[in-house]
Amino acid sequence: MVAVQSRLDRLVRPTFGRHLLFALAAAVVLLLLSSQIGAYDDYNLTAVAIFAVAAAGLNLLTGLNGQLSLGHGALMAIGAYTASLLLKDHRQLPVIVVLLAAVLSTGVIGIGFGYAAARLRGPYLAGATLTLAVAIPQVATRYKSIFGGESGLTVAPSSPPDWLGADFPPERWLAWIAFAAAIVTMVLLANLLRGAPGRAFKAVRDNEAAAALAGINVARTQVLAFVVSAACAGLAGALLAYWTGVTAPAGFTLALSLQLITAIVIGGLGSLAGAVWGSLVLVFVPLLTSGMASRLSLPSSVADNLPLAIYGCILVIAMLVAPHGIQGALRRILAYGRARWGNTPGGGQKGVVDWDDPAPDT
Amino acid sequence: MKSVMGGNALRIRAIAIVCLAGLLAACGTSGDSSSGTNTASAPGITATTITIGSTQPLTGRAAPGYSEISPSSNAYFNYVNDHGGINGRKITYYYYDDGYNPTNTASLTRKLILEDKVFAMFSALGTPTHLAVVDYINSQKVPDLFVSSGCNCWNDVSNHPYTFGWQPDYTIEGKILGQYIQKSLGGKKVGYFYQNDEFGTDGVKGLDAQLGASSVPDASRQNYVPTNTNIGPQIAALKASGAEVVVSFSIPAFTALALLGAAKLGYHPIWVVSNVGSDVTTLTGLLKNFSKGAVGGALLGGMVTDAYLPLTGDSANPWISLFKGIHDKYVSNLPWDGNVLYGMAQAYTFVQAMKAAGRNPTRASFVKALETTKLSGGPGLAPLGFSSSNHLGFLGVQIYTIAADGTQTTTGPVYTSSDSGPISQYSGSASTPPANGIP
Repeated sequence: MVAVQSRLDRLVRPTFGRHLLFALAAAVVLLLLSSQIGAYDDYNLTAVAIFAVAAAGLNLLTGLNGQLSLGHGALMAIGAYTASLLLKDHRQLPVIVVLLAAVLSTGVIGIGFGYAAARLRGPYLAGATLTLAVAIPQVATRYKSIFGGESGLTVAPSSPPDWLGADFPPERWLAWIAFAAAIVTMVLLANLLRGAPGRAFKAVRDNEAAAALAGINVARTQVLAFVVSAACAGLAGALLAYWTGVTAPAGFTLALSLQLITAIVIGGLGSLAGAVWGSLVLVFVPLLTSGMASRLSLPSSVADNLPLAIYGCILVIAMLVAPHGIQGALRRILAYGRARWGNTPGGGQKGVVDWDDPAPDT
Repeated sequence: MKSVMGGNALRIRAIAIVCLAGLLAACGTSGDSSSGTNTASAPGITATTITIGSTQPLTGRAAPGYSEISPSSNAYFNYVNDHGGINGRKITYYYYDDGYNPTNTASLTRKLILEDKVFAMFSALGTPTHLAVVDYINSQKVPDLFVSSGCNCWNDVSNHPYTFGWQPDYTIEGKILGQYIQKSLGGKKVGYFYQNDEFGTDGVKGLDAQLGASSVPDASRQNYVPTNTNIGPQIAALKASGAEVVVSFSIPAFTALALLGAAKLGYHPIWVVSNVGSDVTTLTGLLKNFSKGAVGGALLGGMVTDAYLPLTGDSANPWISLFKGIHDKYVSNLPWDGNVLYGMAQAYTFVQAMKAAGRNPTRASFVKALETTKLSGGPGLAPLGFSSSNHLGFLGVQIYTIAADGTQTTTGPVYTSSDSGPISQYSGSASTPPANGIP
C-alpha cells in the first residue's frame, strides 16, 4: 500500500503535474487560437499537430535512442490504412476507436520490426527501415481489392458533434481532435522520457557497452523505443487519413519519411519541442512558396522547380545558422541570456556563455 | 420545373445572406441578367476579376508533358484578358504543384477554396489526386470543372453535382480503339499493357467490351504501377505471349519505357496507345532522355492512337493556327505539342461556359448554365455532352497513326459512344473559331 502510494507520488509530483499543467495551458491556448482563425488556418495547424506527433515519435527513436529510421512514412501508412479500412464503405466509428486501433496495429508491427532493428546498427538499420518505406506502398497496389490500389481508400470526414452547432467548421473539429491527440502524446512521451525508460534510451544511445554494464537491457530498450515510436507514427497516420480524405500509396512515399527526418533535424534532435518546431517548418514553408509557379512570370521550367529550390535553400541556411536545430538555438539564446544577466544554474560564471546549458540534446 | 424552383430558392437564400452581411449595394443588382453592371455575385467573382484555381503535377513523375497544361491554359486566359476579358472581368488562374501526391492535393485544394477563395476549380489533374478532394469540393458547392483525367468517376451527377469531366472517358476510348483493332488489325493476337488504376482498368473495360474478354488471355494482360519504373518483366511476358498488337493505357513516361523495353528485347508489336500516353513531342523527348540519346522518335513509327482535338501538326486547321499563334506569343518557351493544345482547349471551354452563365453568375447558376446550354465543342472533333444527367465532356475520338518521322495522319471518321451504349459514327461537322478567337 505504501509502495503504491509512493509510486503514485513519484508519478504525479513534481514532473507529471508540471507536464499536465503545461498540457492544460497548451490546450487552452490552442482552443482559443483555433476559434479565432479561419478554417484554412485551422486545417494547417491540424497538419502541424499531426506531423508533430509523428516527429516526436521519431525524435524519441533517433534523437534519444540513436536508431535512425527511414521508414516512419511507411509506419504512418500502416496507421492510415488501418483507419481507412475501419472507415471503409462509409462505416461510422467513433474517432477515438479508430485512432486507438491505428496505434495498436502500428505498435504490433513495431514490435516485430523493433526486434529486427535492435540487431542492426547505423547504415544497416537505415537500410532495413528504408525497405519498409519502399515496400509498404507497393503492398497497397499489389492487393488492390483490399487497399484500393493506386487511387486508395477514401475516408469520410469526422463530422462535428451536434452540440457545437450546425455551422461549426469541420476543419476546426478535426483540429481539436489532432490537438488533443498531440497533447496526450506529448504528455505521455515527456513523462516516459523523464523516467527510467528515458534515461535508459539515452544511455543506450551514448554507449551501448556502458549501458549494458549499468544493468540496462540494451535490446529490450531499443525495441521499446521502436514500439513507442511506431505507435506515434500510427496515430499520426490515422489522423492524416482524416486530414487528407484519402489514403493512397502516393501519399506515403520515401519523401514522407525524409520529411519527418528533416523535421526533427531542423526542429532539434532529441527534444519534443523540436518536433513541434520542425513540423511548423514542414507545413508552413512549402505553403509560402506554393503559389509561385502561377504568380511569377518566369519560364515554367524555372517557376515549377523554384518552390523546391527555395525549400532546399531554407533547410541549408537553417542548418548553417542553427546546427542544433531551432530548439538548440533557442536554448543557446537562453544560455546566453543567463550568462549575460545572471542566474546561472550549474554554477556557471557570470559573463561566460555556457553553450551546453543545458546540453542541446537532452 | 422542380429544379428551377430549387435554383430560385437557392438564389433567394444567397441574396438573403448577402443582405444580412450588410452588402446591400451588391444585393440590389445580383442576378444573372446578361446586361447591366458587374457585381461580386459569387466567391471568386468581383466586378473586375474571376479567380479560378487548380492542382497540377508541375514536378515529379507525372510532370513530363502534363506540367505544360496549366501554363498553356493560363496563356489562353491572358489572351482573353488582353482582349477585354469575360464581360469585362479578367481571369486570374492559380495553379499549384501537388507533385501527383494526394496529400498535397488535399491541402492545396483547401488553400484554393478557403484562402484564395476561387470561384471554381479548373482542370485539376490526375485520378488518384482528384479522388482525394472531389467529395470536399462538392461539399463546399464549388464548381469543379473539366478534371484532367478520363476516369468515368467524374460523371456522377447524384454524388458529385458540381464536378464535370472534359476529355472522353477511358472506357469510350478503349471501345473505339478496340473497334479499330477489329476492323484494321483483325486476326492478330492482342495484348494489353495498362496502368494499375482507374485509368488502365477503365480502358481495359472498354477494350474487353469490344474485343470480348476471352479473346485476350491473362498472360497477355500486363500492368504496371507508376511508382515502379522496372517494366522489363511485363514486356517480356507480352513478348512470350506472342501478342502482335499491344494496347497501352499508359502515361507518357511509361509508354516510352515500354517502347524501349520492347526494342531492347527485339520485340516489335504494333503499339496502340491511349491518347494521354501518345503525345509525339513528349514521347520523343522522353525516349531520347531515357536512352541517353541512343534512340528517338523513330521508335514511334507505326503507332496507332486516338484524338478528340485536331492534330497539332495540322496547320490548315483554323483552331490550330489560332492556338499556335497564342502559344508563340504567350508561352513560346514550351514546345508546341498536344499538352499545350489540351490546356488551351480546356481554357476555351471554360470561357464558353462562363459566357453562357451570364453577367453575374453564382456558383449554382453557373453549374445550371453548363448543364442546360448546348456548348459547341470548340476545337473538339466530337461534341460536348454536358447535360443535367451527364457530366462527361467530349463523347468520342478519331483514330490516327504516327509515322517514323513523327507525321500524324488521321484515319476514318470520328466515332462517339458512351460507357454502355453502341459506337456510332459522328456526322456533325467541325466548328470554326470566332474571328477574335474568343467565344
